[in-house]
Amino acid sequence: MSKKIVVGYDGSESSANALAFAVGLAKASGAGLIIAHVLEWSPYTFLTPTEIEERHKRRTEELERAESALLAPVLQKLAGSGLDVSTALRYGHIAETLIKIAEEDGVEHLVIGRTGHSQLSSRIFGSVAGSLAQAAPVPVTIVP
Amino acid sequence: MKKLSAAALAATATLAVSAPAMAQSIDEQVNALFASSTGWFVNFIFSPFPGTSFPWIVAWLVVAATIFTLYFGFIQFRAFPHSIALVRGDYSDPDDAGEVSHFQALATALSGTVGLGNIAGVAVAVGIGGPGATFWMILAGLMGMASKFTECTLGVKYRNEYADGTVSGGPMYYMTKGFEERGLPAGKVLAVLFAIFCILGSLGGGNMFQANQAHAQIENVVGDYPGWITGVVFAAIVFVVIVGGLKSIASVTEKVVPFMGVLYVVTALVIILMNADKIGWALGQIIDGAFTGLGVAGGLVGALIQGFKRAAFSNEAGVGSAAIAHSAVRTKEPITEGFVSLLEPFIDTVVICTMTALVIIITGQLVSDPETGIYLLNEGGGTIQTVDGNSGVALTSAAFSSAFGWFQYVLAIAVVLFAFSTMISWSYYGLKAWTFLFGEGKTKELVFKILFCIFVVIGAAASLGPVIDFSDAAIFAMAVVNIIALYALMPIVKKEVNSYLSRLKSGEIKKFN
Repeated sequence: MSKKIVVGYDGSESSANALAFAVGLAKASGAGLIIAHVLEWSPYTFLTPTEIEERHKRRTEELERAESALLAPVLQKLAGSGLDVSTALRYGHIAETLIKIAEEDGVEHLVIGRTGHSQLSSRIFGSVAGSLAQAAPVPVTIVP
Repeated sequence: MKKLSAAALAATATLAVSAPAMAQSIDEQVNALFASSTGWFVNFIFSPFPGTSFPWIVAWLVVAATIFTLYFGFIQFRAFPHSIALVRGDYSDPDDAGEVSHFQALATALSGTVGLGNIAGVAVAVGIGGPGATFWMILAGLMGMASKFTECTLGVKYRNEYADGTVSGGPMYYMTKGFEERGLPAGKVLAVLFAIFCILGSLGGGNMFQANQAHAQIENVVGDYPGWITGVVFAAIVFVVIVGGLKSIASVTEKVVPFMGVLYVVTALVIILMNADKIGWALGQIIDGAFTGLGVAGGLVGALIQGFKRAAFSNEAGVGSAAIAHSAVRTKEPITEGFVSLLEPFIDTVVICTMTALVIIITGQLVSDPETGIYLLNEGGGTIQTVDGNSGVALTSAAFSSAFGWFQYVLAIAVVLFAFSTMISWSYYGLKAWTFLFGEGKTKELVFKILFCIFVVIGAAASLGPVIDFSDAAIFAMAVVNIIALYALMPIVKKEVNSYLSRLKSGEIKKFN
């Protein structure tokens, strides 16, 4: 069971810093890297009938866009680095989903940017980084 | 140039001055035209069995609900806890995250069914059938859960999944595909008939009735003014949403409606508890009225008819519309949608409608003879006398306002939102029926959408009587066709239920929580 480091990545500057930090950690310790992107989603929301009809189609589009625009460039950049890199693309509550990924086999460390894309709502509702610091099952590093 | 503008000014001024008088007569003209063109249809649907005053359509719905309840062995009670577990997501595969969840399907279907029927329709039922109508309404709600269960399971099982990822499902599809599968004839015929009635239903109960009673409540709060004005404003907003695709309005409404619903129920509970000493009396009235009529028009049968009518109109069990909404859920087991959907008549009728009825009864809106306890009827004999002569949504408003004077304003906002969300949902159902008949295509869809908006105006302008009659008739016509299909296809549902329940017991169905 190889060691793994999970880094939360949403394309923001902060998460890019987190990624760089995680890459450094992985290179130093020989751990594998899991680049996790969570699409914010809750099963308890209210949709219009049209949204319901189109949901499956939209979901496929969202997944494709995340793969090609967000994760693929990162994978490409790290292709020659010699690291064991994999991705995890999920739907759900961001902090909770990252915790679930961190609970998987071999994960030892969770790296996250301090801010994501939404700075204002973070100040009001609490940030992902803050939630993770309080609830993650593994050590968390918050990168500014 | 100057002459032209002066003339234009004069014309506008004349129009403005005479507008109130003209506006009134526009309302009257619309009303008269509407009543005369729909009268024959209404009379047919509500014609009674010869020699009685019992409409055949009520018997049709009740018999169907009873048959489904018995055929599936009281599934609505046996599976209730499992339904709750499904909605909570206990059996949802994490890999399916991001797809339509059971909760979302339930909430959307509910936002279509919870509308003015729960607020105003109940007032009409209790105003004609007395407190006893409540008992029959609850009973119809409980039995109707089995009808919804059947149709929503079939809706998911026979849906069309297109290459681009969109989904189309509903009675039209289970009538064509399901009948073909069973080797039964006339599936297409039923589907076409259903589509026609669905279009009428979406224009009636899903549209006109909502606009009508929304206007009535606004009038209650701000004072009388012509209905077509509300109609035009509503139609404009609906137009912007369904034609212009302005999703934000619909999204906001969908999010606010559940809160208004909870607020409504909580307020009703508070009022009931405030009158806690009268709860026993109110329940007594309901039971007495259910079996003796207590002087209402038609007696026991009158109460029964009103109760069943309102329950059916409000929770749409057996009508088939919910099957359209539930068909897009991501699930490998169609029966799970059946389980989830049986919560709808419960929430809609047994909870929300009953709350409305209890508040009306407990706040003493209905006038009865103090000595005999018999309810006094209005001249004309159809309706019960009310404290302020109110009917429909005004009666509900008066009932709530007697405890909380400010509630009529909250109710006005709630009514507008409920009306609006029901209109959005039913415009979708009607559109699905329209495209089933005439094919997909931007122009064809636009025709229906414009038609829908026109009917918003008509609904707001016409008076309650013809509107509610037409709305009821159209929706019940859908139920006639749909229930025939349900009878034909129920063995398929039975197989699904038995298979699923045995796999659930053996642990084959995975629980994720």
